[in-house]
Amino acid sequence: MQTWRYMLKRILLAVISIFAIITITYFLMNLMPGDPFMSEKASEENRAILIAKYGLDQPVYVQYGRYLENLFHGDMGTSYVLQKGRAVKDIIAESFKVSMGLGVRALILAVICGIILGCIAGLCKDKLPDAIIRVLSSVGISMPGYVIASALMMLLAVNLKILPVNYNKPGGWIMPMITLAIYPTSYLTRLTRASILEVMNQDYLRTERAKGMSEFVVVFIHALKNSLIPVITYLGPLTASILTGGFVAESVFSVPGLGRYFVSSISSRDYTMIMGVTIFYSSLIVIMNLVCDILYKIVDPRIQLD
Amino acid sequence: MEKNEILLEVKNLKKYYPVRTGFVKKTELKAVDDVSFFIRRGETLGIVGESGCGKTTLGRSILRLEEPTSGDILYEGNSIIGKKMKDYRTKMQIVFQDPYASLDPRKTVSDLIGEAMDLQNLCSSKAERKERILELMKLVGLNTQFYNRFPHEFSGGQRQRIGIARALAVNPGFIVCDEPVSALDVSIQAQIINMLEELQETRQLTYLFIAHDLAIVKHISDRIGVMYLGHMVELTDGEELYRTPLHPYTEMLLSAIPIADPDLSAARKRIRLDGEIPSPLNPPSGCPFRTRCPRADEKCAECMPQLTEAVPGHYVACHHV
Amino acid sequence: MKNILTLQNKILPEDFAPLDADYFKEESLDTEEIGYWKASWIRLKSNKIAMAALVVIVLMFVFAFIGPMLSPYSYDQQVRGDEALWPCMSHPFGTDRLGRDILVRCMIGTRISMIVGLVSAVIVMIVGSIYGAISGLVGGKTDIIMMRVVDIIYSVPEILLIVVIKMVISEPLQTLIDTVPMFHGLQKIGSGLIAIFIVYGCLYWVGMARIVRGQILQLKTLDFVTAAEALGCGKATMIREHLLPNCIGQLIATVMLQIPSAIFTEAFLSYLGIGVSAPMASLGSLTSEALNGITTYPYRVIFPAVLISLIILSFNLFGDGLRDALDPKMKK
Repeated sequence: MQTWRYMLKRILLAVISIFAIITITYFLMNLMPGDPFMSEKASEENRAILIAKYGLDQPVYVQYGRYLENLFHGDMGTSYVLQKGRAVKDIIAESFKVSMGLGVRALILAVICGIILGCIAGLCKDKLPDAIIRVLSSVGISMPGYVIASALMMLLAVNLKILPVNYNKPGGWIMPMITLAIYPTSYLTRLTRASILEVMNQDYLRTERAKGMSEFVVVFIHALKNSLIPVITYLGPLTASILTGGFVAESVFSVPGLGRYFVSSISSRDYTMIMGVTIFYSSLIVIMNLVCDILYKIVDPRIQLD
Repeated sequence: MEKNEILLEVKNLKKYYPVRTGFVKKTELKAVDDVSFFIRRGETLGIVGESGCGKTTLGRSILRLEEPTSGDILYEGNSIIGKKMKDYRTKMQIVFQDPYASLDPRKTVSDLIGEAMDLQNLCSSKAERKERILELMKLVGLNTQFYNRFPHEFSGGQRQRIGIARALAVNPGFIVCDEPVSALDVSIQAQIINMLEELQETRQLTYLFIAHDLAIVKHISDRIGVMYLGHMVELTDGEELYRTPLHPYTEMLLSAIPIADPDLSAARKRIRLDGEIPSPLNPPSGCPFRTRCPRADEKCAECMPQLTEAVPGHYVACHHV
Repeated sequence: MKNILTLQNKILPEDFAPLDADYFKEESLDTEEIGYWKASWIRLKSNKIAMAALVVIVLMFVFAFIGPMLSPYSYDQQVRGDEALWPCMSHPFGTDRLGRDILVRCMIGTRISMIVGLVSAVIVMIVGSIYGAISGLVGGKTDIIMMRVVDIIYSVPEILLIVVIKMVISEPLQTLIDTVPMFHGLQKIGSGLIAIFIVYGCLYWVGMARIVRGQILQLKTLDFVTAAEALGCGKATMIREHLLPNCIGQLIATVMLQIPSAIFTEAFLSYLGIGVSAPMASLGSLTSEALNGITTYPYRVIFPAVLISLIILSFNLFGDGLRDALDPKMKK
C-alpha cells in the first residue's frame, strides 16, 4: 500500500521533471541569440524563406505548443544544420545505438571491476591491497574524462601502439570503453568498500559466525548480498555519468555516437538537435533514476518511504 | 496580591494533529481533547498520566509552542490566543524533560542563560547581563566557575539546573515543568524537586508540574489532575486524591505505587490495569477508559462522561461515582 | 575475629574525613575547555593524507596566485621565435605554437580552477543553506512545494542543462559587461566564468539544500529549539543562532566536497570549448588545444592534465578528511 503510493508519487515526479526539462530547454533555446542560418552565406531573402519554412517567425508560445504536440507523437523535428533535413529522431536513434553499445560495455566493466575491487579492499581492510585500491580509486575519481582519454591515447596508442585511435578499426572500442568506465569503477569501489565495512560489523554476521558458518558463506552469501544494496541506487547516477562521459570520450576517439553529435550540435547552433538530445538524455536519466529508486525500495524493505 | 487569585485558566483546550492513515484519508489524532482547568497564583498543579496521554502536548499548548486547535487560554484574565506571544514569553516559561536535548550544544552556559535576556532586551549593559547570569547560576546551585563551559561537560542534574536558570532568566510568573526530573537519577530528582520548591517560595512562582511519577507529583503539588487519552478524568486536591480517588483509573494508578514496607504492601489490594492504552487515533466510543474499566457498562459506551464537581473541589469524569 | 571470606571493605574513620579544598582545584585545572573547532582540528591534524592534501592545496594557491607575478611572461604574450618549444630553461613547461609560455598559462588555468571551485562553493553554501533552512523551518505546504522544486532540479541531469544555459547566457552577459559601465570591472573575469557561476548558483545548490533541510528537521524536534521559541526567539534568530551553528560542520564538509565537482565541471566545459573564452586559459581548454598535437608535443597535454587531476585529488582527499574530522557525532 505504502509502496504503491511511493511509486505513484515517484512516477508523477519523474513525469513532471521531464516536462520541466522540455519546457526549460525549449525556452532557453529560444533565448539564444542568433539563428541557425546566420552562418550560411544566404541572402536576406533566402534566410527569411528558411525562417518562415521552419516556423521560426511565429510567436514563441505557438512554436512551443507545436513542438510539444509533435514531441507527443515522437517527432522531434528535423535537424537544421548538422545533417540538414534529417529527422532528429532518426539521428538520435542511429547514433544512440553506438553510444549504448559502448555505454553498456563500460557499465558492465565498471560494475564487475568496482564490486570485485571494493570487496577485496573491504575484506583486507588496512592491509596492502586495500591501500593500493584506495589510492587508485581516489585517483580514479579525480581524473576528468578528457585526462583519462588523453592518457590512454598517449600510452596505448601513441607509445605502445597496441590499440588504434580510430573507433572504426578493430579494437577501437576498447579505449573509449575504459575512458567511460574509470570514474564509475572508482566510485563503485569506494561505495562497495564502505558498504562491506559497515555490514561486516553488524551483529547478524557475528551470529552467523557464532552459528559456525564458514567465513566464505558469511562473506559471500550474507555480507555481500546486503552490502550490494546501496550499489543499486548508484546505478542511476552511474548511467548519467556514463552518458555525459560519452561527450568527451566520443569526441576524443571520434566515435559516431550521440555524445559527439551533441557536442557538434552545440557549436553549430542546431536548435532542434540540441533540444532533442537534451530531452532524450534527460528523460533517460530521470527514468533510470526512477527505476533504481523503486528497485532499491523493493530490495531493501527497511528504507523509509518518502 | 491575593492568594486565591486565578493566574491561568484553560478552557476547552483541544489540540488535534492530522495524521495520514490512508491514501488520501486523514484522521485527527486527538492529543488533547477538551481539557479545562485553572491554576491559582502561587500553587502547583500536578498533571499525571501514562505516556502518550497528552500531558506534554497540554503543557506546550498552554505556551502556544504547539498552536491549540481550539479553546482558550487566559493568563491573568486575558486571552493569549491570537496575540503576539513575545510579551507573554517573559511571563510563562517551560522546563523540559530531556536535559540533554534541551540545551544547545554549541552554546556556553552564560549564553544559554543570557539568551533569554538578549531576546527580550532585559539588560542594558554587558556588565548587568553578566551579573544577572552569575546571580541566576548561584540561585540554581551552579558553580559560577562554569560560566564559560559547554553543556556536554555537565551531568544531567546540572544541565537541568541550567535549564531552570534559563527559564528563570526572564522572571516569569508561571512555569510549565514538563517531567523535569524523569530523566534524572533518583538521588538527583530530590535535589531538583527541593530546589523547585524553594524557588517557588522565594520567587512566588506558579507551576504546572507534569510527571508520570505519582510519588513526586504528590510531594510537590497542591492539586492534581489525572489525564487519560487526552482527557482530564479527575482533578482535585493532592491529599483528597490520594485519600478518596473517585475515578477508577486513578484508583488503579494509586494502587500501582510501590510501597516500601513489605507488610503494608502485602496487605494492600492491588488493582491490575489490564490491556494497552488504546490508540488515540482510534479511541473507544463514549468514555475513553471503558475498555479497561471494571465498572464499564452500556452507558459508558454511549456517551462520554463530563468532568463534574462530585464533591466540592473534587472534579471527576465518570458515570459511576 | 576477622572473617577472611568477607566481601566488605575495611573501612577506616579517615575515609570519612572531608577532602581539602585543593583537591577540586587540581581537578578543575586540567579540564581545559576544548571547543568543537579545536577538537576537530586535532582530529584533522592526525589525518596524514588530509594534511598532505592541504599542503598541496596551499602550494597550488601559491602556484596560481603568486606564480604569474614571478614569471617574465604573461598568459597571452606571444614570444616571437620561441614557438613550439619543448620544456627548457626559459620555458620550464615549453611553449605552444603561438609562442605562449605554457607554465604561465597553466598557472592562470589553475587560478581559474581554484576560483571556480571556491566561488561556486560559496554560492552553493549560501543559496543551499538559506533555501534548505527556510524549507525545513517553515514546514507545511511551503516545505512540500519547495522540496518538490528541489526534487525536480535534482532529477534534471545538470551537466546537460549547464551546457544549454551556459550557451544561452554567455553572449547577453558579454554585451552587458561591455555596454553597462557598472559591470566593466567584470571584464577581466570574462562572461564565460560568470555564466558558469550563475549556472552553479541555479543548479548545484539542491544537494546542499536537502542536507540542510534534513539537519534542520532533525534539530527542530530537539527541545533546545522549542526552548528558544519559548523564550521568544524569532525564526531568523533561530536559524542564525541555533540551527546553522549546529549543522555547520556537516555543511562545511559537504561544501568542501562540492569544490572538486565544480572544478570538474568547469574543466569539462572548457574542454568542450564552452568554458572560458580565449585567450584566457583554463586547464580544460589547454588540454583540448593540445590534443591535436598529442603525438608530437605530448608535454602540452601532460602538464595541464596532471595539474587538474592533482587539484581535484587533493580537494577530494582533504574534503574526505575534513568530513571525518567534523563528523557530526555530536556528544549527546
